[in-house]
Formats: sequence, structure tokens, C-alpha cells
Amino acid sequence: MKSIFIKIAAVATLACTFAVGSVSAADYPKNKPRQQSWSFAGPLGKFDKGQLQRGLQVYTEVCSACHSLSLLSYRNLADLGYSDDQIKNYAAEYEVEDGPNDDGEMFERPARPADRFKGPYANDKEAAAANNGALPPDFSLLAKARAPERGFPTFIFDIFTMYAENGPDYIYSLLTGYKDAPDDKEVGEGLHYNPYFIAGDALAMAAPLSDELVEYTDGSPMTVDQYSKDVSAFMAWAADPQLEERKQRGFIVILFLLVFAGLLYFTKKKVWSDLSH
Amino acid sequence: MSGHSTYNPTSGFGKWMDARLPIARLMHDSFVSYPVPRNLNAFYTFGGILMIMLISQIITGVVIAMHFTPNETMAFESVHLLRRDVSFGGTLQSWHAVGASMFFVAVYIHIFRGLYYGSYKAPREILWILGVVIFLLMMATAFMGYVLPWGQMSLWGAQVITNFFTAIPVVGQTVQEYLLGGYGVGNATLNRFFSLHYLLPFMIAGIVILHVWALHVTGQTNPTGVEVKSKQDVIPFTPYATVKDALALVVFMIIMCYFVFYMPDYLGHADNYIPANADVTPAHIVPEWYFLPFYAILRAIDFNIGIPFTEIVLIDSKLGGVLAMFGSIAILFLVPWLDTSSVRSANYRPTYKVFFWLFVVNSIFLGYLGSRPAEGIWLPLMKGSTFLYFAHFILVMPLLGFFEKPLPRPASITDAVLGKNGKETTSDPVAAE
Repeated sequence: MKSIFIKIAAVATLACTFAVGSVSAADYPKNKPRQQSWSFAGPLGKFDKGQLQRGLQVYTEVCSACHSLSLLSYRNLADLGYSDDQIKNYAAEYEVEDGPNDDGEMFERPARPADRFKGPYANDKEAAAANNGALPPDFSLLAKARAPERGFPTFIFDIFTMYAENGPDYIYSLLTGYKDAPDDKEVGEGLHYNPYFIAGDALAMAAPLSDELVEYTDGSPMTVDQYSKDVSAFMAWAADPQLEERKQRGFIVILFLLVFAGLLYFTKKKVWSDLSH
Repeated sequence: MSGHSTYNPTSGFGKWMDARLPIARLMHDSFVSYPVPRNLNAFYTFGGILMIMLISQIITGVVIAMHFTPNETMAFESVHLLRRDVSFGGTLQSWHAVGASMFFVAVYIHIFRGLYYGSYKAPREILWILGVVIFLLMMATAFMGYVLPWGQMSLWGAQVITNFFTAIPVVGQTVQEYLLGGYGVGNATLNRFFSLHYLLPFMIAGIVILHVWALHVTGQTNPTGVEVKSKQDVIPFTPYATVKDALALVVFMIIMCYFVFYMPDYLGHADNYIPANADVTPAHIVPEWYFLPFYAILRAIDFNIGIPFTEIVLIDSKLGGVLAMFGSIAILFLVPWLDTSSVRSANYRPTYKVFFWLFVVNSIFLGYLGSRPAEGIWLPLMKGSTFLYFAHFILVMPLLGFFEKPLPRPASITDAVLGKNGKETTSDPVAAE
């Protein structure tokens, strides 16, 4: 009986994995993302709040000049360990449009924690126009939306290693992956060569980070490598703020189901024991 | 099979109710005293699992619908606000999305089990056909459900799939426009898909009732393929099958929860985290994994079929692909009559058994091919694999009945069960009384 269930489990996993697979056979990215160790990986993974705060700092000082974070509100920053007052002060740095007031007029006021993150542009058209026609993608879900194909048979092993950090690995690799184009590569006007880019040889965004660009106060190294890791972790959080809660809930649910399955197994054995088979 | 009812109400209310609406009697006869063969293995638990999955999808779906906004400018955001800001919203949404995948895992195992043990053979043809109808409805429901979150793959998947209908001669264009509610996938499409996605599960539930009814008329098959002959061959559904199905369900749930809580995105496509944009085409448009084998068959037909040595085209490649794809499912309806063997279970059909496992491997391989682009080496592989898929039904099934030499079958289920363990003199309690 037990072996049959193991077989079912094997067939079930095989059935889902084989087909899911790597779903596109693109030639890009040229280089596979470099896998990093993340605090939020694994069954009991948790975000490193210090890292997320540094990531927010990189986002605020560098990325937010072009990239919006539209699905998040300032209040969500409580997840990063900030107090209500700190969040209020952060939000108040931004002016948002509100209204109409009693006179029927729209007006500007400082943002409140309940407001969504204010983006750098009024709309997508303006954003594209300001960036050579290339729209800087919104950050809210980017760590989930960029997941390069893993290929056969890696995608099967991924189930058992619980590998779900494809997105942050990709972002980190992209940010640290800029280099000079090889001689045989023609890079178009206004594009920047990066072998980790998911959709071509080069992308419109120039290398956004450089050493010492952002002033860290907690003594972490002020390098492109560290900035990239921190902002990737921040984007992983932005794309999945419920991650910790989800994993903890899953741990309890699966533990309960395992115990329940054990009890059912012995119940079944007892019930069936009066039959010879 | 169903015999006379053994339900015996004891309470006053039970007797009063039984004389007016004997629903408790129906439940008792269907899920308590209903006799099942004593030798069912774990593969026979998937019917019960599927029923629970349907209920689970309906319940989670109804709650998600309370938070969903079927409008092209708001749908994507409404799904993500549900995930972020609603209590248990993330779990709910993952449960529903992963649940759809697990529903298909279970249904594929259930179908393969039926093919292995000859569950479609007389007198169970209607039971089988109802099952294929459920499968078709499931595919329609899942496809429309995937469109609702309004990501890039939602929109472009809908674009590709509804485009099939334009292949139908004469009326194709009109049919597609009715499906989309316009000339392209847009707000009207989203609205009608939402409506139909809510409707179809209840149609599935209706057919499931017929499916179970037909099952309870003919009784279940079993791994020997020998029909139930005596009371020794069967055991009452409760407690035997109930506790076994419960165990199988919980094991299935553990696998499902692993995905729901730890790898919620594994079974989906990353591009669906990008809001739908009709101006940007994804590099590769692929359907959900459970449609990939059929997607491979669709794209395998890249040639026109016409009258040889003339320029006359009877079926162009597009219509050919669509016909092959729908044919690959439609052919399941004919399986009860394509299989000419008088032996039910593959356990006693040495040659069919080999072909069956080849068919399973080929189907999984077709799924892999479905995820590849239709170019280079993949295209001939798709063609070969598609040929093998159809050959199993059109050549292997009818011919094996004539050429295969089946192994000797046990005289009865009880013989098979006791003979196997060499306990031939054990006396059993008489069950199902």
C-alpha cells in the first residue's frame, strides 16, 4: 500500500513536472542567473529586515527615479520593521494629488501611509517618452515576472530542492552582469550589453549601480554586489510580502496533514485487518 | 448491482423523512452499503479525490469571485490586491490556481487507470463517455479561468485558442467573434469568460452526478477485470473504501499543499505576472502545462492535406492542426469500440500492457514537446509523437484484440485475492450484507 502511494506521488510529480518544464525555448538569457543564497529560501525562510531596509534605500535613492512600485502602499513598509512614525515621515516626503475638495478643486498634499507608492511618472506614455521609448517596468511583481527557463532536467530537481528564487537570482545577476560587448556583437544605439538579460543581448537600462553610490549606515559593504543583492531581496519582498506568513502556514498545514495521514494509515490497517487479502 | 436497499431508519424523524423524501436512503445506499470489489488498489481512489477537488475549486472560486473585478483595467490588480490585502487571500488564490493543476494531475491518473484496467468496456461505455465529457468541460473551465487574472499569458493564450475557431470553414470567423465579443480579446471577452467560468463547474457537477450514477449501476471494475460474482468478492463502501479514500486524499493534499505554500508559482507561467498588454506579444505563447500535449499535436500538423499531384487543398494546415487536436480528445469517445479485446484488465494482456506504458511515456513526451517551439528537431519529434498517439487508438487497440494471447484470468476476485497470498482456506466475514 505504502509503495503504491509512493508510486502515485512519483507519477503525480512526474506528470506535473514533465510538462510544466521550461516553457519557452528562448536563446536568452545567454548566461543562466547566478544562484545566491537568500534568507527567505527554504521551508522556514524569512526576510532579513536589515537587508530589506537597505534594499528600500537603494530603491528610493536610485531605482525609483524611473521605476514605480504601484501595488504597494507606504503602510506595507511596516513589514520591513519600521515604526508608524517612520512610515509617516517617509510617506510625507512625497506629494500626491487628492480631491476634489469642497470647492471642487484637485489639490496636492503629502502622502499618507495608506497611499500607494508614488511613481516617478504620470503614466506609461510619459515614462516611455522619458526613457528613449523603453518603458521601465513596475517593480511590484518583477521578481515573479522574470523567471528564466530552468531547462530539463533541472526543473524536476527544483521541486525537491524547493527552488523558487529564480526571480531575485535573475535580478541580482542582471544588475551585476553589465560588461563590454564582445567584438562580434553589434549593440544597438542606446542599448547596453548584458549577457544575463532575458530578452536579448542588450537592454535600454544602463548599469544603474556603482560602488559607493548609496551611503549605508549599518556598515554593510557599499559595493555594486551588495546593493544588487539588497535590492533584489527588496523586490522579492515587494512581489510576495506574504512569503513568511505563507511558509509558516504551510509548515503547520503540512505537519498536520502528515500526522493525520499517519493516523488514517493505521485506522485503515485496523479496519482492513478483518479481511484476508 | 445495486440490489435492494438495506437502509433502516431508527429515529422517528428518520422514518418520517424516509416516507417522504428518502434522501438519507439514497446516501446510505450510495456511500455506506454500496458494495465495492475487495481488491481495488490505490489508483481507484482518484475518483473520490476528483470529487473533493471539484468541491474545493467551487468553494475557493466562489470566494475569489467576491473579490474579483471582471474589467480589463481592474482585473489584474483585483487579483493581486486579493493576494496582498485580504486575510488568507494569498492562500485562497494559490489554492485555486494550484488546485486547477492538481485537478488535472488527478484526472490524468484517473483516465490512465481507466485505460489500463479496461474500465470503458461493456457495460461501462456510458460511464466512460460521461467521463470524457467531464474532461472536456474541465478543459474549457480551466482555460477560461486562466484568462481571468488578465496577465500576458491570459490574454495571448485566449488569443491563440480562440483563433482555432477561425479554422472552421464558412462560420469560423463568426464563431470566434461571438466567443470574444469583438474582433480581439478585450473587456467583452473577459466578461463572458468570467460568466462561463462560473457556470461550467456546475455543469461539471451535474455530469459528475450522472457519472457516479452510471458507476453505481454497473459497479466498479477492479484490477482483475473479472466482474463481481459473489458476496465474497465485495466489501461495503463504508468503512473499507471510505477510510482508504480518505487516506489517499490526505496524501494527495500533502503534495498539493507543498505546491500551494512553498512553490505556488511553479505550475504557472512567469509572464502572467505582467499585466495583459495587447501591444506586446510574449516571446513564446504557451498554454498551461496540462494542455501542452494537445498543443504539441496542434502544431505538429504544419502541412496542407490535398489531392496528390494537384494544387487542390482540402484541409489546410491550420484546420488540420485544429482537427488533430480536437480529434485527439474526441477519439476517447470511441475507445469502448476501438478496443476489440474481450479481456478487460491489462494485467492479463501482456502485449497491451507494453503498448499502454509506451502510450503513457509518449503522452508525457508530447507534453514536453508542447513546451518547445515548433522548429528544428522539435517539429519532426512532434509529428512522430502525434502519430504514435493516434496509432495507439487506431491501430494498436483494434488489432491487439485479434493477435494478442491473453494470460489465464482468475475465476473470481476472491480467488485472485486469496490465491495471491496462498491463504486459500481462510474464511472471510460475509460482507456487504
